[in-house]
Amino acid sequence: MSSREEIVTGLAEILEEVAGVKPADVSESKSFTEDLDVDSLSMVEVVVAAEERFGVKIPDDQVQNLKTVGDAVSYIVANS
Amino acid sequence: MSGSRVLSLGHYQPSRVVTNDELAQVVDTNDAWIRDRVGIAERRIAAPDETVADMAIAAAEKALAGSGLAAADIDLVVVATCSSVDRCPNVATRVAASLGIAAPGSMDVNTACSGFSYALAMTDHAIRAGATRNALVVGAEKLSDLTDWTDRATCIIFGDGAGAAVVTAVGADEAPGIGPVVWGSAPDKKDTIRIEGWRPYIAQEGQAVFRWATTAIAPLALQACERAGVAPSEIAAFVAHQANSRIIDGIARRLGLPDSVVIAKDIVESGNTSAASIPLALSKLVERREVPSGAPVLLMGFGGGLTYAGQVIRCP
Repeated sequence: MSSREEIVTGLAEILEEVAGVKPADVSESKSFTEDLDVDSLSMVEVVVAAEERFGVKIPDDQVQNLKTVGDAVSYIVANS
Repeated sequence: MSGSRVLSLGHYQPSRVVTNDELAQVVDTNDAWIRDRVGIAERRIAAPDETVADMAIAAAEKALAGSGLAAADIDLVVVATCSSVDRCPNVATRVAASLGIAAPGSMDVNTACSGFSYALAMTDHAIRAGATRNALVVGAEKLSDLTDWTDRATCIIFGDGAGAAVVTAVGADEAPGIGPVVWGSAPDKKDTIRIEGWRPYIAQEGQAVFRWATTAIAPLALQACERAGVAPSEIAAFVAHQANSRIIDGIARRLGLPDSVVIAKDIVESGNTSAASIPLALSKLVERREVPSGAPVLLMGFGGGLTYAGQVIRCP
């Protein structure tokens, strides 16, 4: 089980690779779409990469609930 | 008889070009957004009285003319389409009548966007079974008839057009030019793309389809390579269904294709033309001499259903 900080770091790496987001901009309070400019298709790529990296399943109907980086961290903590 | 090969190709696109800027006058969208999300700069839209059969005939005529065969040599016509409003007589019969093909087996196939690869595989199987010797295989669509022009999420995606191939038997001592098909579907996700009801429009769950296409298709494409005995690095060109530029890039990345592989991106100038997209893109690549004759080309169709079919063919 990773700590919340480790998961944020992991998500930041994924966001950089998939959508060119600067790792320094990523924190739990940031919204994927509003603050980090991640569009709906890049969000799918982030989710797929996060599933592989953290060993969780994130179904399509859950993706829309992951508004902020913190939402994603909480989901990964609760489901991994 | 040891198999079949593609002898020649042909394509047809309507003359009317619709740019992103033109669409931005009809719905709330813009050129930069469309290019970024789906990779389309413009698409071709058929005239109101231009039918799927008209476009299929135009593409088939070119393929037949390039084959060196006569109409009388063709004994099977297969048309892949999901958008023809003319159910009976089917499109294949209309193509045969227009080209003067006297008494061919004639059928339409509907597996939506994967249709051409399905039709090509069925034709290859029919030749292997001895049921046919020379066939015309066409993908033709008029998706503009099924487009909700008030829905900015879908109306930017689709286009009209047709592509066709003449497929012929190869001799027992010749290597087959159409590799084994990898086909199937994901019925649990069938409702993520829909053309349903009276006066139907295309509707889709974009994110779910994107996820399926960018994760499920690459392993199937690798299987198609494996069954054909060709390594992905040996492929000369990758012609995927032209659904979305980012889907094509995602699949290509997972396949680990080297830079030497030509990746068809006809979507930029044609939009998504469903069953027509693979033969259209392939025919244009060959016309521009971007792929040498005899080189292996990976075809991978996927879409509504969610169906898929792919195979490696030798470029005509």
